[in-house]
Amino acid sequence: MKSPPFSYIRAESLEQAFDLIDQYGEEARILAGGQSLMATLNMRLSTPKILIDINKIGGMDQIKLDNDKIVVGALARHTKVANSSDIKKYAPLVSKALPHIAHQAIRNRGTFGGSIAFADPAAELPAVSLALEASFVLQSRNGIRTLPAKDFFLGLFDTALKKDEIIIAIEIPIIKDDENYSFMELSRRQGDYAIIGIAAQGNIKSGIFSNMRLAYFGAGDRPLIAQNAINILEGERHTAEVIKAVEESLSLDLDPMDDLNGPASMKMHLARVITSRTLAEISA
Amino acid sequence: MNDNINISLTVNGQKISRNVAARTNLVDFVRYELELTGSHVGCEHGVCGACTIRVDGSIVRGCLMLAAQADGSKVETIEGLSDSNEITDLQNEFHNSNALQCGFCTPGFLLTAQELLENNPSPSRNEIREFISGNYCRCTGYQAIVDAIEKVAKKRNN
Repeated sequence: MKSPPFSYIRAESLEQAFDLIDQYGEEARILAGGQSLMATLNMRLSTPKILIDINKIGGMDQIKLDNDKIVVGALARHTKVANSSDIKKYAPLVSKALPHIAHQAIRNRGTFGGSIAFADPAAELPAVSLALEASFVLQSRNGIRTLPAKDFFLGLFDTALKKDEIIIAIEIPIIKDDENYSFMELSRRQGDYAIIGIAAQGNIKSGIFSNMRLAYFGAGDRPLIAQNAINILEGERHTAEVIKAVEESLSLDLDPMDDLNGPASMKMHLARVITSRTLAEISA
Repeated sequence: MNDNINISLTVNGQKISRNVAARTNLVDFVRYELELTGSHVGCEHGVCGACTIRVDGSIVRGCLMLAAQADGSKVETIEGLSDSNEITDLQNEFHNSNALQCGFCTPGFLLTAQELLENNPSPSRNEIREFISGNYCRCTGYQAIVDAIEKVAKKRNN
């Protein structure tokens, strides 16, 4: 299908983007990489009056090391993030997740910030951000605020981003020496949205788990942290009993929905399978 | 508000200026405005890869990018890559390996395969499959397509 008619303005600066948001309000949508927005327009699921294209705003696609964190500009495209040696070194969980995001032609356009703002519950980067305890830098005309990922995702495609705000960067704490990570995703075709997936990172010292973060996608109406499972793991070794307890606890944390891939019970089963595989990999 | 946008871009080496409706996507622009019909329109929501076009050196979904966004860009389609002989070996090998049947998906596969071989001159069969995972072939010719790409990789490395 073709998208309904809309108008288009290219913002050359954040200032201009804020002006346009003020001017058009609810009728406007921000266009970043467009890899989800354009599809919803073509399917007429979304009918904005005007698109504000922020792709040409300078300096918002940089990846920079800043003391103990790595700062990814919101407009950094997935391919750029995938090719970044700093990301590979300091945020390897992101590198591991990126090949699972759609396909090359889409990764060449899609942006990190766009994926966060869209907040698809089956998308990789929102869950990865939770597992990394990343924060999002949100700017409006009134200033800048930084919000932890855990406070950002509120529900189905619903976030704490206010109507007059734009995500300008993602701040990721760099991986610590005694941390390990893993990422697993089940999908029908390489690059399709996940049936279920997990992004995990945490401390594993002398075989003992601590400060683990298990974040799931495709497991509910938003990316979810499995806090009960994390509590069980704290201070424990990788034993059959611990893993069993973790698997059993997942029904408290996750809330998958029936969809075309299968029933919720199947997804819950698959969540347990990838959780045990992930924890085995992290503790190996 | 701008319902129509003036754009200037390079398409297959030729400088082009047009006034386009804001909602026109890139693949419809090259097909209907420039009559370059080698890029195909399949699903129109980014799943099938038939509309693959190269913009500033990287493949994109022609249905998920506006023509307005290609202003100032260097756009290349299957016609351009054909005429410059950049992918003649891939085209010949797709033919020889029976890697196409109806041919609808083939321009997209060729552009995708070319980007793979530029990034990774010696891909494994798994890497080839992963890279072409965003392109659908409904004549189910994947085995032959992987064969063709693998053969061209080997030939280019000799």
